[in-house]
Amino acid sequence: MRLKSMPISARVGAAGILVVVACAVFAPLIAPYDQSAIVGEVWAPMGGDFLLGTDSLGRDLLSRLIFGARATLFVALAATMLSFAIGMLLSFTAVVSGGVVDQLLSRFNDLMMSVPGLILALVVLAVLPQGTLILILVMAAIDSTRVYRIGRAVALDVSVMDFVEAAWLRGEGKLWIIFREILPNTLAPLLGEFGLRFAYSILFLATLSFLGLGIQPPAADWGGMVKDNKDGIIFGVSASLIPGAAIAGLVISVNLVVDWMINSTASLKGGRGDA
Amino acid sequence: MSAPGNDQIATSAGRSNNLLARLILRRILLGFGLLLAASMLVYGGVEMLPGDFAATYLGRDATPESVEHVRKELGLDRPMIQRYGEWLGGIVQGDFGTSWSNHNSVAEQLWKRLGNSMLLAVASAAIAVPLALGLGMIAVRYRNRFPDRAISILSLAAVSLPEFFIGYLLIQFFTVQLGVAAFPATVYDGMSLGERLSAIALPVLTLVVAVLAHMMRMTRSAILNVMSSPYVETAELKGLSALRIIAEHAAPNAVAPIVTVIALNLAALVVGVVVIEVVFVYPGIGQYMVDAVTVRDMPVVQACGLIFAAIYIVLNLLADIVSILANPRLRHPR
Repeated sequence: MRLKSMPISARVGAAGILVVVACAVFAPLIAPYDQSAIVGEVWAPMGGDFLLGTDSLGRDLLSRLIFGARATLFVALAATMLSFAIGMLLSFTAVVSGGVVDQLLSRFNDLMMSVPGLILALVVLAVLPQGTLILILVMAAIDSTRVYRIGRAVALDVSVMDFVEAAWLRGEGKLWIIFREILPNTLAPLLGEFGLRFAYSILFLATLSFLGLGIQPPAADWGGMVKDNKDGIIFGVSASLIPGAAIAGLVISVNLVVDWMINSTASLKGGRGDA
Repeated sequence: MSAPGNDQIATSAGRSNNLLARLILRRILLGFGLLLAASMLVYGGVEMLPGDFAATYLGRDATPESVEHVRKELGLDRPMIQRYGEWLGGIVQGDFGTSWSNHNSVAEQLWKRLGNSMLLAVASAAIAVPLALGLGMIAVRYRNRFPDRAISILSLAAVSLPEFFIGYLLIQFFTVQLGVAAFPATVYDGMSLGERLSAIALPVLTLVVAVLAHMMRMTRSAILNVMSSPYVETAELKGLSALRIIAEHAAPNAVAPIVTVIALNLAALVVGVVVIEVVFVYPGIGQYMVDAVTVRDMPVVQACGLIFAAIYIVLNLLADIVSILANPRLRHPR
């Protein structure tokens, strides 16, 4: 996995991600207006003072798009990282402990996965108070069930290796086995999975925000911006398509990079065909 | 001496049938168990979360006295286990309770809207499944050549689009620019099937685009997996025709993975309905649930959650059973 051997598609993806990250980091410097300032008419067309026009309240769409990159990236990344921390810790514990612990954790995981993620999120968010922290926790908890399933499968393969056996015989504890033996040897396969889950988290967050249950106004976020401007579509106002395209662009970029990462590690395995 | 031999074969076939029936019965029982556990998750798990229903129900008018009063009125002062039992007992008899926001029967709304949603999902599946299988086979047939590459790039883009974005793009194109499709997709009682189908054309198209790419990628890799196995290579080396290889060697072994692909994507379709219904203001169960979540109308949220979970579990169960029927090796689990 050398950077020099990166195909064009992955380079395009990496460039896309960099643009979004730059927008998120330097938002106050790049954005022409404040994200919540009402600066013009409702749904002003593109061009002139407002490069992308204004939204349903007369706020500058470009500025909200740039500031929205912050919330979108931060929440999706935080949720994915937390879900990996939970999922990997629990799945590795299940593998190392085995027996009853493994059974309990795995069957509970099956139960959580028997209800579709979006439905579970809707049910839970109907009860909990709204807030960014709660949103991250709910997304992470639901996503960690998927991480658990994959983490367990990968860790199971590693746990029967000779060097793990040797560590047990040396008298190492469970924590050592998890963090010093299994974790370093599962990082490579789980890296591609992390990218996939991240792309999925962006889409999931956008969906929740679109349904009005994600990031709460007045903070700008891409899914919420689609929701704010959706009534304009029937009048031919494309203000809801622009943040939608931004989400699509970011997810495509992430997927292009992930594709390259997975392909460049998969080719090590060999085998006939590319199935 | 042939009679005992025949007898033995007959009993062994009977036993294998018996085993199969037992195995399937066990899966069905397991499915029921999972459904019961999911109902506990939807009802009990939610009640264990922090947040007082009575207080959220009252919103800003919550004084300690009024909260207490509402708790009594909604029956929240009784132990949870008892309420869960009554809830589940009611559902078995077709009673889903009454909505908190308008005090109507939940079941009545639920069945009507479930019918609308099912129409949407079934129409989408009827288009998406054959299309995905066909495109998947084309991709395998022309593997690593132009059609395969084009399909693979397009599908990578399609899986990256949020469902609502696909929906608004299609509205922009077909309704605003061309003016050929209806928006919003309204259906009401007394509409004929033909009228209904033309009203839901755009939401169906959106769902097809949303689910097609994923289904096709999975079909492609399922068929490729079979095509790259040693027995297909042997069949090739034997000099069999491509048609015979596919029909006699590859197809029977591809049934199980393909059915799994279809079932998984039908489940995704059922969930995708939630977002699509909000986009197209379609009176289905997904819209019903989202509305209830925003006003925190718990009986409706729990009823819808349970219905979605049940559909999801049943589809996965069907996929399991077909896999067992299609693959004899699964009948003897290690």
